[in-house]
Amino acid sequence: MNCDVTEKDTAVLIEVKEERLDAHNSSEFKSQMLSLFEDGKNNLVIDLKGVRFVDSSGLGALVSGFKNATARNGNLKLCGLQPQVKSMFELTRLHRVFEIFPGSEEALASF
Amino acid sequence: MKDRIEIDIRVPNKTRYLRLIGRIGENMAKALEKYGGDREELAYHINLVLTESIANAMLHGNQEDPEKEVHISISIHCGKLSIKVFDQGTGFDISTLSPPCIEELDEHGRGIFIIRSLMDEVSYRRLENGNVLEMVKFLPEHSLNSETISE
Repeated sequence: MNCDVTEKDTAVLIEVKEERLDAHNSSEFKSQMLSLFEDGKNNLVIDLKGVRFVDSSGLGALVSGFKNATARNGNLKLCGLQPQVKSMFELTRLHRVFEIFPGSEEALASF
Repeated sequence: MKDRIEIDIRVPNKTRYLRLIGRIGENMAKALEKYGGDREELAYHINLVLTESIANAMLHGNQEDPEKEVHISISIHCGKLSIKVFDQGTGFDISTLSPPCIEELDEHGRGIFIIRSLMDEVSYRRLENGNVLEMVKFLPEHSLNSETISE
């Protein structure tokens, strides 16, 4: 699972560098988020601008990260959703759960 | 075989093949010259239902057994797209699966919901040596009498 992880002032920015977030790599993505939570980093911004395809496992990994973040009084916010990826959040109504921003600057500034 | 497209694929029970088969389905949809709707959207949806159904077959049907395989059959004929995904497992009853509960933020259970949302008919049947998940999508009637693939 190829990600760029950068610590910013307000949150940790994770830029996903995979074309697909699916049943093949979602467990690894979940583990990467978990290790950040275990290090006490509870505010995450996931930048999905490089992701063209998300399936239910990918959505499940993001839900898992969101639940872990909020359970630790943090938050997990999303940005950079391509139109087809955004439509997946709408189909499953998860767009009502996550805070979704156009770009990482807006997402980081919201913390 | 006039005006009929059929693709049969068998892959090892490994999730790294999801990308390959999703891409094949996507390219098939993009090549449907006479489809009247949004081909890009159809292509994405076919990629998605293939990914969801094959992942289900690998993880739940075949229970992650690397010795098993998944067989996929895709056909397009007379405005009807049919996808069959065969696993070699003991099966699970999709009729008992309820849609994911948004308030409870379930991490699982969205796959079949997505398939049912995007396809017109979905069935799951027990066979002699496994199970088949069959999904049908009717392509808009004005667009497909005799289907051809563009060069």
